[in-house]
Amino acid sequence: MSPPLEHDYIGLSELPFSAAAAAGAAEDGALNLKETELRLGLPGSESPDRKEKVGLTLGLLPKVFGSGAKRGFSDAIDGAGKWELTSGGCGSEVEGGKGGALFSPRGEDGGGQLSGHGNAGKDVAPKADGQERKAAGQVGNSAGNDRGVAPAAKAQVVGWPPIRSYRKNTMATNPSKDKEDADEKQGPGCLYVKVSMDGAPYLRKVDLKAYNNYKELSSALEKMFSCFTIGQCGSHGIPGRDGLSESRLTDLLNGSEYVLTYEDKDGDWMLVGDVPWEMFTNSCKRMRIMKGSDAIGLAPRAMEKCKNRIRISF
Amino acid sequence: MVGGFRWAAMFPDEVWEHVFSFLPADADRNAAALVCRAWYRIERRSRWRVFVGNCYAVEPAAAVRRFPEVRAAAIKGKPHFADFNLVPSDWGGGAEAWVEAMVEGWPHLEELRLKRMVVSDDCLELIARCFKNFKVLSLVSCEGFSTAGLAAIAANCRNLRELDLHENEVEDNCLHWMSHFPESFASLVTLNIACLEERLVGLLHRVPQLVDLGTGKFAAQHHPELFSKLESAIAGCKNLKSLSGFWEAGPTYLPAIYSVCEGLTSLNLSYATIQGPELIKLISWCKNLQRLWVMDLIEDDGLIAVAASCKLLQELRVFPSDPYGAAQPISLTEHGLVAISAGCPMLHSVLYFCRQMTNAALLTVAKNCPNFTCFRLCIMEPHTPDYITRQPLDAGFSAIVESCKHLRRLSLSGLLTDLVFKSIGASANCLEMLSVAFAGDGDAGLHYILSGCKNLRKLEIRDCPFGDKPLLDNAAKLETMRSLWMSSCSVTLGACRQLARKMPLLNVEVINERKRGLPLELQPDNCPVEKLYIYRTVAGPRSDTPSCVWILR
Repeated sequence: MSPPLEHDYIGLSELPFSAAAAAGAAEDGALNLKETELRLGLPGSESPDRKEKVGLTLGLLPKVFGSGAKRGFSDAIDGAGKWELTSGGCGSEVEGGKGGALFSPRGEDGGGQLSGHGNAGKDVAPKADGQERKAAGQVGNSAGNDRGVAPAAKAQVVGWPPIRSYRKNTMATNPSKDKEDADEKQGPGCLYVKVSMDGAPYLRKVDLKAYNNYKELSSALEKMFSCFTIGQCGSHGIPGRDGLSESRLTDLLNGSEYVLTYEDKDGDWMLVGDVPWEMFTNSCKRMRIMKGSDAIGLAPRAMEKCKNRIRISF
Repeated sequence: MVGGFRWAAMFPDEVWEHVFSFLPADADRNAAALVCRAWYRIERRSRWRVFVGNCYAVEPAAAVRRFPEVRAAAIKGKPHFADFNLVPSDWGGGAEAWVEAMVEGWPHLEELRLKRMVVSDDCLELIARCFKNFKVLSLVSCEGFSTAGLAAIAANCRNLRELDLHENEVEDNCLHWMSHFPESFASLVTLNIACLEERLVGLLHRVPQLVDLGTGKFAAQHHPELFSKLESAIAGCKNLKSLSGFWEAGPTYLPAIYSVCEGLTSLNLSYATIQGPELIKLISWCKNLQRLWVMDLIEDDGLIAVAASCKLLQELRVFPSDPYGAAQPISLTEHGLVAISAGCPMLHSVLYFCRQMTNAALLTVAKNCPNFTCFRLCIMEPHTPDYITRQPLDAGFSAIVESCKHLRRLSLSGLLTDLVFKSIGASANCLEMLSVAFAGDGDAGLHYILSGCKNLRKLEIRDCPFGDKPLLDNAAKLETMRSLWMSSCSVTLGACRQLARKMPLLNVEVINERKRGLPLELQPDNCPVEKLYIYRTVAGPRSDTPSCVWILR
């Protein structure tokens, strides 16, 4: 019997060849998410299809850098030695250079493969004869990985170890003391983060997977906290994109309205709306609705992060 | 009846009722009810406590009719593996049918405990309105309700003594539900909820007689004033025996509870990411602890300290702080378990998550603790052998079942062959519940269990190479059990069909979550069954099955 499909992460240095080919296809320089989407696999192999919203999205710095994607890639390697998530971003510029947090593929993929969700991997699975089922499961915490090499994918089996969902959800939003432990693990299909609001007596928990964009999230939050005064912490936006509008932000912060902030995997507090939705849900650990006046110290830094990226790409 | 002698006529009914009230277990009352019609009549009219282990085993109306004087009811719904996302979310376990029947037939109900059921706000409102003398509500691992439903309970149940809501999925849409409690709530002795610490202080002042408190978040910016308020509020609760909650507990606020530690018999720190040294400090105050739930951050050293301080310890649960991470250097190993087994002579119940184990350690534990009633070991990586000898852990678990003659519950893990099942089948005479995962070599394993273990009630199995033969060969056994769960094993549809035909008192539920392919009725006999749930029932097939569940007849 052939061994089950195995998808290991491999050293990043081997990736770029297929990645470069992918990125090179984006001829016009405009960032096309699909084109720059990397799928993992050994060089030259076809990686299996994944659902669009699940899985990894790595974008390479596109040709805007100069003589082609390869150069962009080697810059990235020489830089922090880490991959940068570049899908979308502030305006039409590309973030680059600054070492970004690495990703964690969603639990749904690892878990979903082995549950009864009609996934192809499942046909292989049920022969319980001691074979370990491997799926492109979770990457361990790799944010602190100096060599920039993602560790081997760990198989994640549905319902194992046997921990109640309630405990998993509570633990997922419970920051662990150990920074290395930064990756929250969620059960397949849900991603609960705590939302606190200054002055409110209760924390709420929301499932980020229940929403598809910032608009949905903010209207849900507005409903939840509607008994308190909320300013327009809804749609921030660079015209046409999910991003931060500098002028809009200043308007918000001038008043005493509330703004929605979140703590990302680095432990930094950021303004919600700063990064593409996917990136946000991958990196958000918890959220806080702050008084606008408190967020003033926050905003320039968030803008700074964004500006830095813009600057470096040229 | 012997020669027509009428036992019941020996004494008036009240005398027999009084005699029956001494029967310790429902099983004994059941036996008495079979003696003669008069005893059946007397017994049923005097039973006031009912436990329904499977909500689908009997029609609610039938239960209510049979025992009209019930004051306390406990009902369980979904199979245990629902806790781990193995059961589809729409599987069932709704509480409405039961609540409606109870409201109709048990207007004097005082106590209701539901576990793993889907409870709506409507149910809670019915309970709040219709049971005038309601005293105890316990919802554990339930879902489907919101804080609006809880507000109804808080507002209407003036005699509420115990409100236990732990590990439920509650929708939080009624921000002030707790303010519906009356100002002076002298009757409340158990309060197990989630709330923030500012409100906690206020609440504690209103219920100083509290015996059992479950907090929620137990961390905040350090405010010395809040700290001393909290400290004195907790110290004011002189009867406090049990504490739980402590989400995000930090070392800052933990000392606020030192004053009550000596009185504590139960401490649940299993959501608190407190590190070893703080834990040791805290637990060293708790000399009278009988039950401790904690995270593996306590490590072996912490458990050695527990073994030295908590000589009255009866139950220990150690949960993993990082179940999915790469192997973290958490130093919780088999040594911690051995230390506890050696130092705590009253220990009888253990749940232990770890990453490594040896047969030798298990043999030592078995020798130290022959009084175990519950032993659940979860070695987190499936198929993990003895890390020193590389052998399966058959010998270790066999030692446990052979030594612990009163073992009622057992969960296995690690690398295991059919040999361990042979030991269990032969020795585990008191075993009522067995959980098996990633174990065994073939059909023989399951056959040993089903042909032995004479008191087995619940068997749950996942990812084991067990197939049709042992099921069919031991079909009669299934009627003596409450339920059997099998998922990711090697059972075929044909065997399930046969079983259903042969055993009319079983509901054979085949769960198939894939939407593709032929409907189950048209699938061939050799079609593999992914998930199987079999339970005995006198109610026949249930009427609320979702589309992914087929009940075979």
